Amino acid sequence: MADRLSPLAGFEGISDARLRVREIPFLRQTNVRVDPGRLPSSFPVRLPVSPGTWLSSGETDVLWLGPDEWLVIGDVDLPRSEDVAVTDVSAQRTTLLVAGPGARDLLAHGCAIDLHPSVFGPGRCAQTTLARAQVILIAREHDELWVLVRASFARYLAAWITDAAVDY
Amino acid sequence: MLLIPCPWCGPRDEAEFRYGGQAHVAYPGDPGALTDEEWAHYLFFRDNPKGPFEERWNHTSGCRRWFNLTRDTATNEIWPTTSAGARPGTGTVATGGGSR
Repeated sequence: MADRLSPLAGFEGISDARLRVREIPFLRQTNVRVDPGRLPSSFPVRLPVSPGTWLSSGETDVLWLGPDEWLVIGDVDLPRSEDVAVTDVSAQRTTLLVAGPGARDLLAHGCAIDLHPSVFGPGRCAQTTLARAQVILIAREHDELWVLVRASFARYLAAWITDAAVDY
Repeated sequence: MLLIPCPWCGPRDEAEFRYGGQAHVAYPGDPGALTDEEWAHYLFFRDNPKGPFEERWNHTSGCRRWFNLTRDTATNEIWPTTSAGARPGTGTVATGGGSR
């Protein structure tokens, strides 16, 4: 059987005091679309309804993507029904961990939104562009950010980050 | 570059959006009854004011929602409008059972 290769297999990443970058491969991702007013009470995860926020719900992270759209990251089987569209999108994106005191400065090189911790602190997420590639940014605890990027853009973005990281 | 206020995501760079043209162009009630000229008018004719213009935008790189705003075509000053893509009141967490 063929080995499973992540989109950034072979990416060495960065590891020093100011900056850590590595791929977190193969996270299970599930897209959920539902009118929040019609969510069944038995639905196993909680959905944040404030734009640009995410929350941990059990073993999973649930990101707001739109007023009727969420991304669930984690190993959970979600029930689909007439009111709830559940789509496995695990293969669509891979995840880059960008962490350390220099992480936000690095991302700010190619991202127009305000990444200051007072605005984009833990619990925030955003869909935007990083170096012109569409990404989802997730602000986590301990100066960690996750960058979800489409698999076909992953190598480009990893190369861009490696280049931009020269300053740090 | 314009700074466009997405009703969901807040102000973002123009590059994240796609322009949708004039807002409130209603689809004809009975398209089959239109003459070719009237149909062409519906398809291709748009207002072109110098001044405030209500137009549609799609936040393609963000939440992918359509919304309307009013832009002054002479000065690029932007006013949000609530006629489409209006943001409803937000609660905190949807836990199911119809609560918000």
